[in-house]
Amino acid sequence: MTGHSDRRPNPDELLRRVQAEERRKQRGRLKVFLGYAPRVGKSLRMFDEGRRRKSRGQDVVVAALQDRVTENVSELVRGFEVIPAAAGAINLAAVFRRNPQVCLIDELAYDNPRGSRNAERWQDVEEILDHGIAVITAINLQHIREQQDAVEAVTGKRAAQSVPTAFLHAAEEIEVVDATPESVMGEARTLAELRELALLLAADVVDRQLREYLDSHGVSAGWGTQERILVCLTPRSNAAEMLASGQRNARRFHGALLAVSVEQPGIGTADQERLQRHLALAREMGAEVHCLKSADFAEAILAFAHEQRITQLFLGHSLRARSPVERLIHAAEDFDVRLFPHPEVK
Amino acid sequence: MSRRGTLKIYLGYAAGVGKTYRMLEEAQALRAAGADVAIGYFEPHGRAETIAKTAGLEFVPRRTIAYGGTQFEEMDTDAVLRRSPAIAVVDEFAHSNVPGSDRAKRWQDVRLLLEAGIDVLTTMNVQHLESLNDQVWHITGVRVRETLPDWVVDEADELVLVDLTPSALRNRIQRGVVYASEKVHRALDNFFAEANLTALRELAIRHTAHEVEEKLVAPRREERILICLTAKPASVNLIRRGKRMADYLQADCLALHVAVEGAIDPVVERHMNFAGNLRIHTHVEEGSDIARVIAEFARLHHVTQIFMGRSGPRHWYQRFGETIVQQVVRLARDIQITIVAERRR
Repeated sequence: MTGHSDRRPNPDELLRRVQAEERRKQRGRLKVFLGYAPRVGKSLRMFDEGRRRKSRGQDVVVAALQDRVTENVSELVRGFEVIPAAAGAINLAAVFRRNPQVCLIDELAYDNPRGSRNAERWQDVEEILDHGIAVITAINLQHIREQQDAVEAVTGKRAAQSVPTAFLHAAEEIEVVDATPESVMGEARTLAELRELALLLAADVVDRQLREYLDSHGVSAGWGTQERILVCLTPRSNAAEMLASGQRNARRFHGALLAVSVEQPGIGTADQERLQRHLALAREMGAEVHCLKSADFAEAILAFAHEQRITQLFLGHSLRARSPVERLIHAAEDFDVRLFPHPEVK
Repeated sequence: MSRRGTLKIYLGYAAGVGKTYRMLEEAQALRAAGADVAIGYFEPHGRAETIAKTAGLEFVPRRTIAYGGTQFEEMDTDAVLRRSPAIAVVDEFAHSNVPGSDRAKRWQDVRLLLEAGIDVLTTMNVQHLESLNDQVWHITGVRVRETLPDWVVDEADELVLVDLTPSALRNRIQRGVVYASEKVHRALDNFFAEANLTALRELAIRHTAHEVEEKLVAPRREERILICLTAKPASVNLIRRGKRMADYLQADCLALHVAVEGAIDPVVERHMNFAGNLRIHTHVEEGSDIARVIAEFARLHHVTQIFMGRSGPRHWYQRFGETIVQQVVRLARDIQITIVAERRR
């Protein structure tokens, strides 16, 4: 069976994992509160978490504050030791001298003044973490770099400061600060759209954490929480309809769309060309395309579907007896099989 | 006709994430702003911080119901209706009332309050959604018994996610905030294992995103899904899966049972009721040629997708005779057919 990756990590991969694990152990833990718009209350939640940790005996200080805060927040902040900023940026030297267990940093998306040690605040946070100090911080959706186009499409505005998504992915914990739009300032529809974007981003971060957890514990769980749709393309399939339907499903479920073909020996030139057109269409429609090599169509599809944690398998069907479709339906355990008539059959 | 009350649900993914706390915080804020708030039902679970949040709020006394020699306390819906506050706080939306109560489910009590124009704040976990029951079982190994139909949740005016990271939740459990000490270790090893919690949390976040999106997109009814019901136990899984697909695709959802010999199997009856409770339009047709009846029904009702379970003992690849699935595939040529897997753990 080829065309399906070996699950065992190679030695380099193992070494990388061990080193990453070592580094992670020495590094401070990062926790990020994610809001979808200003005033959902993420600063409040962050300082409240700091307060609770302090009450449990942890050594917590504040290393960065916003200029303007609500009354509730400023009341909470009064309970903390604050390390004042130096020249408009976090005073890293003072933080390292003080060496607390936990640092609270409000307004993560912030450009340091020219001439500071780091250009952006999230880089300061990286250094603090590298010193083994835990950081709790808060950020709004519009400041996440890879989300800025989507946010601009909704609001017509683009925030000047931003933080790369990779920074969020490196966080041990990310927590969503959700609230219904009526409690936040702004136009209802705009807020709802931002809220959906923030939730989907959080779901992706959580999904990645789940995969990492399962991988690092050697669990190859066949289950997931996300719909993953695999469209099997052959020269004869009604590719346009299958892909359109798959795309719609993937969009509505915010799931993944994959397309696959199995290269079979003895395929004619005309069929080969038709298949290539189908695969090109799949790419155009945003599917992740894979080409497998196997003499056994059903076996190759089954193994691939399992490896990719597929939940819906789209197959073209002919009325030929003993077609691989029969075997796939029979063997499918973790996924549904949806049959699409071949165009000729109509 | 008076205004219907609004329903706000605090959605979490496990006990201890802070749903009740958040709900009470809101109740306190409303009261401070001068609103008339009363607690219809509150489940303290012995958590001090949460109990403290009820300070100053009015409780409507509960009703005591004797069952099997034990006294149970339920919300006294009639008393809440008589008291008629502007806003009622009703914990644990998915709760099943003890037998002998006026209504089987708390969500039915809540609907009465809403109909009387009372706004309701309530709480639930994502695993109580009927459509996710199989998936949750698949992930956690736990078959959640207290479920509520998705449409009840879809009807809510507002849904707020109460998020907490699994490690914070596990810390809380470790510190004994959530459960009494003897249950702690068992809880952490089983349902509260990190991977389970992470997966449930992802479901809760995705479901909230879906509800937000539902309110944004104009409904389009281009698709029509038909679920073929039989007496097989897998029909329940088939109904959930078909309905979930229909909800996400904004499709109409029908269910059909083909009765071969007039009388309907009581198991089928149960499946039809289950489907009806999820607001699926159920139909029974008589006929001996099952596949033909399904195909004709589908064509007549402009069905675009047929959902079926896998055919029984005679395998689809067997040479002699076709299975029902195979026949439907042949007869309903231009309709997509989905064969739903019987998911196992």
